[in-house]
Amino acid sequence: MMFLGGPRREDPAQGREAAPRSAPAQAVEKLRAEGLKAWFGATLALKGISLGMKERRVTAIIGPSGCGKSTFLRCLNRMHEVAAGARAEGRVLLDGVDIYGRGVDPVQVRRRVGMVFQKPNPFPTMSIRDNVLAGAKLNGVRLREEDALFEKALRRAALWEEVKDVLARSGASLSGGQQQRLCSARALALDPEVLLMDEPCSALDPIATARVEELIHELAERLTIVIVTHNMQQAARVSHYTAFLYLGELVEYDETDVLFTKPQNPRTEEYITGRFG
Amino acid sequence: MDRYRRRSAIDRLAKAACVAAVLLALVPLASLLAYVAAKGVSGLSLSFFTGLPKPVGEPDGGMVNAVTGTLVLVGLACLFGVPPGVMAGIYLAEFGDNRFGKAVRFSADVLSGVPSIVVGIFVYTLLVLWMRGFSALAGGVALGIIMLPTVTRTTEELVRMVPDSLREAALALGVPRWKAIVRVVLRTAAPGILTGLMLAVARVAGETAPLLFTAFNNRFWSIDLSQPMASMPVQIFTYAVSPYEEWHRQAWAAALVLVAMVLALNAGARLLLHRRAPR
Repeated sequence: MMFLGGPRREDPAQGREAAPRSAPAQAVEKLRAEGLKAWFGATLALKGISLGMKERRVTAIIGPSGCGKSTFLRCLNRMHEVAAGARAEGRVLLDGVDIYGRGVDPVQVRRRVGMVFQKPNPFPTMSIRDNVLAGAKLNGVRLREEDALFEKALRRAALWEEVKDVLARSGASLSGGQQQRLCSARALALDPEVLLMDEPCSALDPIATARVEELIHELAERLTIVIVTHNMQQAARVSHYTAFLYLGELVEYDETDVLFTKPQNPRTEEYITGRFG
Repeated sequence: MDRYRRRSAIDRLAKAACVAAVLLALVPLASLLAYVAAKGVSGLSLSFFTGLPKPVGEPDGGMVNAVTGTLVLVGLACLFGVPPGVMAGIYLAEFGDNRFGKAVRFSADVLSGVPSIVVGIFVYTLLVLWMRGFSALAGGVALGIIMLPTVTRTTEELVRMVPDSLREAALALGVPRWKAIVRVVLRTAAPGILTGLMLAVARVAGETAPLLFTAFNNRFWSIDLSQPMASMPVQIFTYAVSPYEEWHRQAWAAALVLVAMVLALNAGARLLLHRRAPR
């Protein structure tokens, strides 16, 4: 895992060496957006996006602020419509089934497609232990082997060693980076098939960021990850595929290596070389 | 340098004026407490809390019925006022950004401005006349109506204070919205809501006017909700306007107990709020 603790690379072309090995082409699509449009009130935030996200791969969404990358992510587990006046149109296929189809319960979708937010948001009234188990407990699921479940989730989130002796403490007592991994553990305890991460490192220092990136890398062996980031070095480090969004439209999508070295669209090139955004 | 000295002189002057204003504002409160305490202590005895009202001249008169009555009436008020108030508050905070929500908010504000005696008359015409008699139940309803707007608006405010990120966290875990509200949002806001409830109870515990038409008064021991019930404020009123020295003493004692109860509730509420701040 040489790409973890090393110094931040300023040049994305250099970062490429550190990026995960080029992904095999035969990976199947786990999630696919087709003509996805999203509104906030009368404002069109996504202008029809079609994009496939491959199974057990990390797909990064990059783009300047306000380009719709978070909105796109939130459409993938129907969290977009939670905001007042927000709505979405188009199709999002999860294993070929449209999650916006008639009769699909958004609550069920969210159990299969988990989410980690930009700001760590553990439940302050719950202990670390209850935070991890919150998904099951809030849903009234009786847990057999509770201990095994939350230990597994915390281990997968690479947090177990740090918190195993303080499980009764409040989730809010942890540091920011630990809180973010606690939120990941909380999402992982539900055993989702897809994990959406909305700028999970923007509130973290470089060391905590490295831990989360390591985590992303390990999780990708088991599940499909879509990550929104405004940090291009991060996209280069953690993702197999990268999509560049601009003004609500998909400008370019390719394997991360290719997109960062041989961008086809001049806009992409300008953005990744830091000329705007 | 001269300007600096002038500035600090003005600063000292302004500070002194503020301190003086605070002291002035504290004078009525302090003197009231001191006066009630001084007057009330002599009337306090074991029989005050155990005995029933006695005719003048008989020893060991007390107001166990009024103390109990106030507790029962406040309990009834909570029963009628808290559940609808809390639920209305949740509605306003979570779903109330529409015209209906605005109307409810406006009515709650109007209701909190209605003089309590008007609430008493309202319950009198609605319940007392219909039930053909004063009753503890009617008193509880009147006090509950007085609590309602306070409870509603405090709950709304505190539910609104729960950050959206927690709602999203719960929803993203595949928790249905109602469960996210009950188990996460309400749970997070609970200490604050409890504080608000205690303040509302403190306000209602000393109400006299609405009880005159509803629970009325009772010289005897009664916890029958369909019968008139004694309460400390009404008993204080009755004794205070009487010509007897002994009753005056008891009225002062009751006033002291009532003030102590309200103070204890306020202090308890503040303590709760305080303890919730650091984690």
